[in-house]
Amino acid sequence: MVDVVMPQMGESIVEGTLTRWLKKPGDRVERDEPLFEISTDKVDTEIPAPAAGILKETLVEEGKTVAINTVVARIDETGDGTGAAAAPPAEAPAAPAPAPPAPPAAERPPEQPPVRTEPAPVAPPPAAAPEEPIGPLSPLVRRMAREHNIDLRQIKGTGAGGRITRQDVENYLAQREAREARPAPPPPAAAPPTPAPAPPPAAPEIAPPPPRVEAAKTRVEPMSIMRSKIAEHMVLSKRTSAHVTTVHKIDMTRVARIRARHKEEVKARYGYSLTYLPFITRAAAEALRAFPLCNASVEGNNIIYHNEINIGIAVALENGLIVPVIRNADEKNVLGLQRAIADLAARARSRQLKPDEVQGGTFSITNFGSFGSLFGTPIINQPQVAILGVGAVEKTPVVTEDDAIAIREISLIGLTFDHRLIDGAYADQFMQKVKSILQNWSEEIL
Amino acid sequence: MRRCELRDLGLVEYGRALELQRALVEKRKRGEIPDQLLIVEHPHVITLGRNGKPSNLLASEEVLRRAGISFFPIERGGDITYHGPGQIVGYPIFDLREWKRDVVAYVRTLEEVIIGALSDFGIAAGRLEGFTGCWVDGRKIAAIGVHISRWVTSHGFALNVTTDLSYFQYIVPCGLTKPVTSMAELGVAAPRAEVIESLTRHFALNFGIEIVKREIETEEAVWSMS
Repeated sequence: MVDVVMPQMGESIVEGTLTRWLKKPGDRVERDEPLFEISTDKVDTEIPAPAAGILKETLVEEGKTVAINTVVARIDETGDGTGAAAAPPAEAPAAPAPAPPAPPAAERPPEQPPVRTEPAPVAPPPAAAPEEPIGPLSPLVRRMAREHNIDLRQIKGTGAGGRITRQDVENYLAQREAREARPAPPPPAAAPPTPAPAPPPAAPEIAPPPPRVEAAKTRVEPMSIMRSKIAEHMVLSKRTSAHVTTVHKIDMTRVARIRARHKEEVKARYGYSLTYLPFITRAAAEALRAFPLCNASVEGNNIIYHNEINIGIAVALENGLIVPVIRNADEKNVLGLQRAIADLAARARSRQLKPDEVQGGTFSITNFGSFGSLFGTPIINQPQVAILGVGAVEKTPVVTEDDAIAIREISLIGLTFDHRLIDGAYADQFMQKVKSILQNWSEEIL
Repeated sequence: MRRCELRDLGLVEYGRALELQRALVEKRKRGEIPDQLLIVEHPHVITLGRNGKPSNLLASEEVLRRAGISFFPIERGGDITYHGPGQIVGYPIFDLREWKRDVVAYVRTLEEVIIGALSDFGIAAGRLEGFTGCWVDGRKIAAIGVHISRWVTSHGFALNVTTDLSYFQYIVPCGLTKPVTSMAELGVAAPRAEVIESLTRHFALNFGIEIVKREIETEEAVWSMS
């Protein structure tokens, strides 16, 4: 049984208010898992459990203020078997069970290696030690001695008349545990005890046959914040929206010619390359004006129409992706969009986007065509209701209206939409609009 | 000297800042990052500490919603408080084991930092025995509320620079029926950046740390906050 005590949270602090139990009696607790909270002068502190086991009892009610080192709970480690609790006490605010007497210690001793006071042979625990010669003992001390198999004659009492107190037993236990945990040569005095296993005694070169070392079949690595956010978002979106994708074949030949004509001049004059993406973004912005349901969100039973057209452009990063937003995309011409796209993508890759540059999008475009994909079925970027997926622009033989075969620059462009709000006919009309703008491009570029 | 990274994030929605704080606290606990000092400004929000009495919220959630104020019950110490534009909110994420294992000393030092910064602008702020925070003539100019887990701090302080004090009418700030004030109300027109600079300097002095500015990164800022 491990006692959990009210820790001392500062030199001048003599008591603490237990504000909340985070576990109930009977709950299993892991070592270092937050067990309760205390409050001192506008500071709330979570106190971790000093040992793993079952929370046997809580001795202090929520809202009560008690002196430091007061036992507030007991944890039963039996049946645990991990031995974790036998390791040196946790560092951290939690005063671990073997709370040493407060007087001499300004700093909490759990941080210092338990001092070895004697050459300490590991005591062979005589099962039933006669207790008579030791003097009067409290029932608690007797019970502790029984539970921990302690020969009480090995303990020097510090209580009244040399009486053995609970504190003495706990100190003894702490030392014994420390010795057992570290049978190796005494550690340097300054080294803090770590919960990690003691360094193995320099692995012998010619080792006995190793216990069948198997190559690890897996490798465990925690997700980055970005990865876990992406994961969360994708699943949320799939759960939220009724995804449907419609794909249209769009002839980009006209745009390709305009692009070819202006590419070099744009590069020379503005310093960035002219790609297909700003043309597609421009067409999408126009189409969104005509089909506002694609620029909306769902909130409960309400349809929220966004007056601004803020288009997110998915940017692939080394280990993830991000969707920076071009605000009021419908107010920009192709060059303005190209500049915005180049700038956002560059800053996304150099990790210099500002938080508000990835917020407030009302529609998204993902250009997987740049990686060779013909068409895809992307996931909607919540709380939006549609995303345009742009496939690669490829020279393709097509049958023209007068039944001739011609080579055209073809791209498959798809709209993935939320069927909760948008029906197929509406989505296809939106796509027809996009297609018509791109195929009959009429705006001047320079 | 111990290094502390300063991240001045500007206007950040409360919930997002909370998430970012939590992510940084976890990293700090694992020793992956040095101490952090986040500086933010929040859109109107009322937060209620763990020990706070909901009765100190004077308006219904409906009234708050109409006034454009969000409401968050959270895990920090202290009672109820308001954050909004014109406030400098600081969230130090410090591992107190590398400073002093003393939560009271920590709070007193936070007060010292703010009092020092205010004196740079000619404001004589002080403490009010028994009432954590910084006070000027019986009026509260900065609130403090801290949460600690394994000696790593989170939450922190809010200093009224040009805060619209009328928003405090919705609450009994920190459960105290005492008036609030701001630097502007005291006749000090201090640019936000200068106040932050002054606070930073006093942080460095009082905590014995070296503060280095750090650009926010996509991964942390954007993903933690979006």
